[in-house]
Amino acid sequence: MSTLEIRDLHVSVETKEGPKQILRGVDLTVASGETHAIMGPNGSGKSTLAYSLAGHPKYHVTSGTVTLDGEDVLALSVDARARAGLFLAMQYPVEVPGVSVSNFLRTAKTAIDGQAPPLRTWVKDVRKAMDDLRMDPAFAERSVNEGFSGGEKKRHEILQMELLKPKFAILDETDSGLDVDALRVVSEGVNRVKENPDVGVLLITHYTRILRYIKPDFVHVFVDGKVAEEGGPELADRLENEGYDRFLTTATVI
Amino acid sequence: MTTTTDSLSTDHSKAVADGSHTHGVGGTPESSRASRPTSFDVADFPVPNGREEEWRFSPVDRLAPLFAGATDGVLSGHGVLTTVVEAPEVKVEIVDRGDARLGRAGKPGDRTAAVAWASYPRATVVTIPKEAVATEVTSIRVEGVEGGVQALEPSGTHLLVHAEALSQSVVVIDHIGHAALTETVEIVADEGAHLTVVTVHDWAEGSVHATSHRLRIGRDATVKHIAVTLGGDVVRITPDAEFVGEGANVKMLGLYFADAGQHQEQRLFVDHAVPNCVSRVAYKGALQGEGAHTVWVGDVLIRAAAEGTDTYELNRNLVLSDGARADSVPNLEIETGLIEGAGHASATGRFDDEQLFYLRARGIPEPDARRLVVRGFFAELIHEIGVPSVEERLIESIERELEKSMSVLDGTTAHVEGSEVGLTTEGA
Repeated sequence: MSTLEIRDLHVSVETKEGPKQILRGVDLTVASGETHAIMGPNGSGKSTLAYSLAGHPKYHVTSGTVTLDGEDVLALSVDARARAGLFLAMQYPVEVPGVSVSNFLRTAKTAIDGQAPPLRTWVKDVRKAMDDLRMDPAFAERSVNEGFSGGEKKRHEILQMELLKPKFAILDETDSGLDVDALRVVSEGVNRVKENPDVGVLLITHYTRILRYIKPDFVHVFVDGKVAEEGGPELADRLENEGYDRFLTTATVI
Repeated sequence: MTTTTDSLSTDHSKAVADGSHTHGVGGTPESSRASRPTSFDVADFPVPNGREEEWRFSPVDRLAPLFAGATDGVLSGHGVLTTVVEAPEVKVEIVDRGDARLGRAGKPGDRTAAVAWASYPRATVVTIPKEAVATEVTSIRVEGVEGGVQALEPSGTHLLVHAEALSQSVVVIDHIGHAALTETVEIVADEGAHLTVVTVHDWAEGSVHATSHRLRIGRDATVKHIAVTLGGDVVRITPDAEFVGEGANVKMLGLYFADAGQHQEQRLFVDHAVPNCVSRVAYKGALQGEGAHTVWVGDVLIRAAAEGTDTYELNRNLVLSDGARADSVPNLEIETGLIEGAGHASATGRFDDEQLFYLRARGIPEPDARRLVVRGFFAELIHEIGVPSVEERLIESIERELEKSMSVLDGTTAHVEGSEVGLTTEGA
């Protein structure tokens, strides 16, 4: 049982015009076994939260804390955060030419576990996970993300999540750009991970569509860099009917 | 083009005949590559001062021992030992200077090449007989004779690799130890021959080396030429490929890795003088450390007679730290419009921060992530070599280079990645 605790998080991002404040005091607690959906209009800071948690160098935490079972996440390097159990499924996965998927997965698994996975079970695990995600075995020999279609990139992210077994998985708009078939395959993957009660999921999305496949326990609405409203799954239904207009109006008035 | 800080690239995937087509920032050659003088007479090449077109990137002071300025262009040292372990089908001879087979592939094109021609006491001739299919790799080792830094004897050597008609073979030339050597490697591929020549320059520190590779490629012959440069203070390699028969194909691959203070220069010239030949050039280099300098100049000339030519050349450089400099100059001259294709691309860049972030976000520590990226950068090129034993060795060599230099990479991280400066969330 683990807890990821975000307290009063303020984050600014580097822009050409200088630093720009994006997150303005985010509070969020995610426990193992829970699925939290983070929703909100474009520019509300959802992805900034994801990248800040992973430690992307472009994002600067100006105040607030993030702890994982009491440990200061913000003091950790990018790779140490991943080894501590955080996983970010990226919206725009990066190409790494000349590095095969199989080599990449094995290297990452070795880094996360602190030792190389036993060869026989590892090969079997990879094959099974790829099969579950309807990925052709030949995929393993391709260079990481190079020439992948949008759907292949997202499946590859979920593949990593299944194999690396994080404590907390942050999915940054994994659903965007996917057709219904790919969305279903990806959602099945997330649900397989969710079956493990030791995993917490932070599902960042712009659309309610994915919530038909992945049931959240909690829904948080981000507006202007902080949580504007929170609730259970019923909040997602309301958003589906009403959209974000209500929040945008409120934000403008304030 | 020259770069130390920015990512630069040119891409003319489909160049056209516009009389002459030449690219390069910082001075284009004033005349066609065809008019560059070549000669067997060392007197025709004055000692370079560094202002000449073909020496403008070179540290001429460090190369001075190979210019033989004080000895009328002749070196009398015996500073290297050449050992050949040949495939059973292959013939090896040590011949005198006057042997009629020598000097048939082109002529020296610069001072060091002319000095090499003037200096070798005897030459090594490796012959792959007509229609022979070599069942093993032929290994040639050129080794600096131990003598310590002070006792370097500047020397000249000559090697001829002659692949007779319809033969098939792989020849690997290794350069090791400590030496000051100017060398000629003649590579002659007769009709229909298939020849792969790998030349590896992994000299010890303090070594200075210039080598003129002259390729003469006959009708329907296929030559793969691979130049690898890892060790040595200054290594300057000038592979010239000349087509003398139609339907021939040359692939010239290069891989180099320069550390602090190393100068690695490769100047290629592909001369399309006859119709329907194909050339592909791909050189990739990595640089790290203060004063690491690489030069790649790729000249391709498509003469008026060379209709149906298909050529493409590429150079990529990965700058791993501050203080390193990569010069990359592709030149393409086209004298006929009746060609299949002609293009070139050149790019010099730094580590991609987003690549590193992606790998690190999967738990891979930064030094390992950097290693993965560099390995990946070279992987494609290495796999094109097609000789498994050589591929494995090169992968190991790259690993060693990376191992040797991780301190350099670690130490300069903050400079390489400007975006990390001031990153408050970065821990130890």
